[in-house]
Amino acid sequence: MGLDIRWPIGLMFSLLGAMLVIYGLATSANAELYQRSLDINVNLYWGLLLLVFGGSMLAMAWRGSRQPNGPEAQKGTGNPEATPR
Amino acid sequence: MHSANLGTIDYVILAIYVAFVIGIGFALRRYLKSSSDFLTSGRSIPAWVTGLAFISANLGALELVGMAASGAKYGIATCHFYWVGAIPAMVFLAVFMMPFYYGSKARSVPEYLKMRFDERVRALNSIAFAVMTVFASGISMHALATLLNQLLNWNYNHALWICSAVVLVYVLKGGLTSAIYTEVLQFFMIVLGFAPVVYLGLRDVGGWGAMNQSLQAVAQNPAALNLGTKPYSADAWTSAWKPLLGGPTANPMGVDIFAMVFGLGFVLSFGYWCTNFLVVQRAMAARNMGAARRTPLIAAVPKMLFPALVILPGMIAVALTSMPNKGYRIPPPVLSNAAYDKAAAVVKDPGTTDPAAAVQAVSTALGAKLNPEKVNALVKECGHLSDTQIKDGLYDAVTEYDYNGVILSLVKKYCPPGMLGLALTALLASFMSGMAGNVTAFNTVWTYDLYQAYFVKNKSDQHYFRMGQAITVVGILLSIACAYFAKRYNNAMDIIQLVFSFVNAPLFGTFLLGMFWSRCTGTGAFLGLIGGISTSAVVHGFTVAEGKGGWLAQALSMNPVYTFPSTMAQNFWLAALAFVACFTLTLVISLLTSRTKTDEELKGLVYSLTPRLKDDEKSWYLRPAALGILLLACCVVLNLIFR
Repeated sequence: MGLDIRWPIGLMFSLLGAMLVIYGLATSANAELYQRSLDINVNLYWGLLLLVFGGSMLAMAWRGSRQPNGPEAQKGTGNPEATPR
Repeated sequence: MHSANLGTIDYVILAIYVAFVIGIGFALRRYLKSSSDFLTSGRSIPAWVTGLAFISANLGALELVGMAASGAKYGIATCHFYWVGAIPAMVFLAVFMMPFYYGSKARSVPEYLKMRFDERVRALNSIAFAVMTVFASGISMHALATLLNQLLNWNYNHALWICSAVVLVYVLKGGLTSAIYTEVLQFFMIVLGFAPVVYLGLRDVGGWGAMNQSLQAVAQNPAALNLGTKPYSADAWTSAWKPLLGGPTANPMGVDIFAMVFGLGFVLSFGYWCTNFLVVQRAMAARNMGAARRTPLIAAVPKMLFPALVILPGMIAVALTSMPNKGYRIPPPVLSNAAYDKAAAVVKDPGTTDPAAAVQAVSTALGAKLNPEKVNALVKECGHLSDTQIKDGLYDAVTEYDYNGVILSLVKKYCPPGMLGLALTALLASFMSGMAGNVTAFNTVWTYDLYQAYFVKNKSDQHYFRMGQAITVVGILLSIACAYFAKRYNNAMDIIQLVFSFVNAPLFGTFLLGMFWSRCTGTGAFLGLIGGISTSAVVHGFTVAEGKGGWLAQALSMNPVYTFPSTMAQNFWLAALAFVACFTLTLVISLLTSRTKTDEELKGLVYSLTPRLKDDEKSWYLRPAALGILLLACCVVLNLIFR
């Protein structure tokens, strides 16, 4: 099917990650807020991780889109396909 | 009791997620041209996508909530559902069964049954499956809406209708492809949303070693936390196999090793993973035979590691409950505010000076069992306490647990705004993936196996395409109706689920004989299936466990034949017996009846009559058998580590 699912996954997690990082930075002075999460600014750190994950998904989707005969061309041949896992 | 308040950021995260899943549906809309694009996604999807969808369709809200509950009740032995049950069955599906499902060009599991046997077997299987998927999705919708209502104060109706509407939009727009694609997105959402909660919980209890120590203390005296009445050996919550070897009295599951390995590991798991169209459909949508066979194998990798995400939270919750300084308890059953008001009034004026009678009166007013010392302390102190303080005290004194609330209670405990939105979105994602899985399996079985087979034959493909879309709407409306039914008649729902367990238990016997024995006949399969279903009903009717079952014995006013130590043991044994009955009956009746299908007709449907797939030239890591052996080896290692 024409859509590479890695684009929306990459976009969504990059967006969520960026939001959490910004929110985490903006609230980093608020110690009371992070008492719940054992005084760790989880929004900042987990947001960074989501950014890395989303970014790598986007990178893989971009690499996939540059291969002229994408996986679709191999339909039915049983050849190994270029997938991330 | 205290609901978490969502901030703006949490709602924004939720909204972004909803926008993306709906966006995927719309983006895929232009690729839909025929009924097979809509219902079977035209067999065009790469293996890693179908693999993650395979696991995600199974990871519904009930799985997530239920596994954490079992983790709290039974500890690490819950992993048997994964390492004894799921993984071997998934490897078997990939290596042995997928070639027939995919190679036969059947569009659904019931259609395979029709090709292999006859219309009767297909009709039995497709009707049971269609009804079951609607009820399953209704029950899980009800469970989720209840949870959101109780713990977040969301309106039950809003939660139910809005979630269903989102699923409806993206399934209707993009069909099975859209369901599968969003399931992949949901898979990552669930993992990335819950992982930080588990990490924080584990850190809070002091790490894996400290958690095990407190669980060992709990196991030796579970009565102190009202987790059980009798003491177990220290490793009851922290070892997967040792308590099981001690027999049903030595482990909190109350299960013996035969029931575990044969009943759960063989019959129930193979029956679910190898024959349930909900998951098999994902593999059947793969773009070629190699991808279809790799689908369950790719799915097995995350499945093997999921206990860390879904079972560990339950164990953390028990460990936290045993540490008084953490201020956490497994949530009590949710009681209405009115009940708390009533009970608080009784605390202030118990109308008796006898402490035991006072506790009894408060307990009746609240509708839950209470810790007598805590209630007596409240009665004595109530002069100095505000109403809220009394109600908090009562909440604390309830000695019953609502294990299904474990996951959300941990989310609430550890998540600041931001993370809270992410974790809740993960919960909603799990719910939506489960529901979309049920709906897409339901519309395919209805359109191809019931509507096209029995009602309106030989129409144009566009006709069935439109039917598929219409039945998607109907399926979701029926699920909503089932959710309200479950809300109204909880007991009726238990009975319906019980009936499904009867229907499902023997199914694997039919497939096993059908796929590997060309002599097996349609009559044999049909009567064997009926015999297996009746066997499970009769066994359930004549045995009891924790007050469940024994209804046939009661109707005939005689004593139950056998008492199982737990309902879980009863379920496993029931499945084992139903399987044996179905297998034997199918075998005997097949030998007594004459074959209706020739060897030529069974080519591609039965193992011995199908040319072996040549996959020698592929690199080893793409060969299903090699991957399967590797996965089983990993599984054995995990079992040994946590023995």
